[in-house]
Amino acid sequence: MPGLSGRMSTVIKAKISKLLDRAEDPAETLEYSYQKQIELLQNVKKGIADVVTSKKRLQLQEQKLRDQVVKLDTQARQALAAGNEDLARTALERKNVAQTELQSLDSQIGQLEQQQEQMTASEQKLRAKIEQFRSRKEVIKAQYSAAEAQVRISEAATGVGEEMADVGLAMQRALDKTENMKARADAVQELEAAGTFEDLTQLGAGEDDIDRQLRELSSGSEVDAELAKMKAELGSGSPSSAGELGAGAPAGEPAQAEQAGPSQGQAP
Amino acid sequence: MIVRISTEGQYELTESDADALNALDNQAVGACEEGDEERFNATFKELIDFVRKNGQPVAEDRLEPSDAILPPPDVSFEEARAEFSGEGLIPG
Repeated sequence: MPGLSGRMSTVIKAKISKLLDRAEDPAETLEYSYQKQIELLQNVKKGIADVVTSKKRLQLQEQKLRDQVVKLDTQARQALAAGNEDLARTALERKNVAQTELQSLDSQIGQLEQQQEQMTASEQKLRAKIEQFRSRKEVIKAQYSAAEAQVRISEAATGVGEEMADVGLAMQRALDKTENMKARADAVQELEAAGTFEDLTQLGAGEDDIDRQLRELSSGSEVDAELAKMKAELGSGSPSSAGELGAGAPAGEPAQAEQAGPSQGQAP
Repeated sequence: MIVRISTEGQYELTESDADALNALDNQAVGACEEGDEERFNATFKELIDFVRKNGQPVAEDRLEPSDAILPPPDVSFEEARAEFSGEGLIPG
């Protein structure tokens, strides 16, 4: 007798056994479970399809944001060319927010894609298991009716029952995961629908004051750097500011501009 | 003896692995009861790794009941806690 007495495995095994013991007619229970599994698998497939839909909506949203970034950049240039630096700064600030949102959207879409792949792989695995279960169940049913008087379910039946319970659990978890993914994608979509992405004062749910201020700080220096770069390009910036920028942050890339620090903000 | 990792499959281990398995199992439950998420995650991972490393996967066409059944590898601390307070992954 194996001496497995760990509390965790004992609790789970007892629960699984209880599920099976409740069955008065194992043959009927197996049949019912099989139908249930087919149903569950359908739900998993539908769940994956829903996630794909949500992902596509996020991708559309991503495209809209990309367009917005281009548009805001153009507007900033136009404003600067017309000598309206405040307007240019506002446009660049908005562009900065849009770019940040774009990054987070990007990573969300990436995660969805990865999870979708995993789900599809596990759906195929589940499908194979169910198929296996289907043929097993017929054997067990035949065995059971032949030896009904023995009352006791054969070892094999217990094994199938356990396998069945496990496939059921795996599918339930797969389903929960697709629902979670869909809910998350929908939440992002709703945020956008509410105009949050375009609102500078509200940079997203769950962000506290410190996050926001830190973001504004780095966004401020990025905006300053970008403004300086734009001025230089338009030939309307003072040569000293363009020179400073060139020394610290070539081409004024946002990542480097961040390190360039707020001193850029003092540029005339 | 056969150990099942829920949602993954069964593994055949030798009797001599029982003590180590029981110890890890009980440590994981202990961590759960103490509300120590970090220790639970570490111990549970060690337990799953132990079964995968020391066990031989049971052939797909062999259907035997397990001697022990472990939670799914991706079980969360909250789920595990619920499991041992009555409600959980598998309705009791």
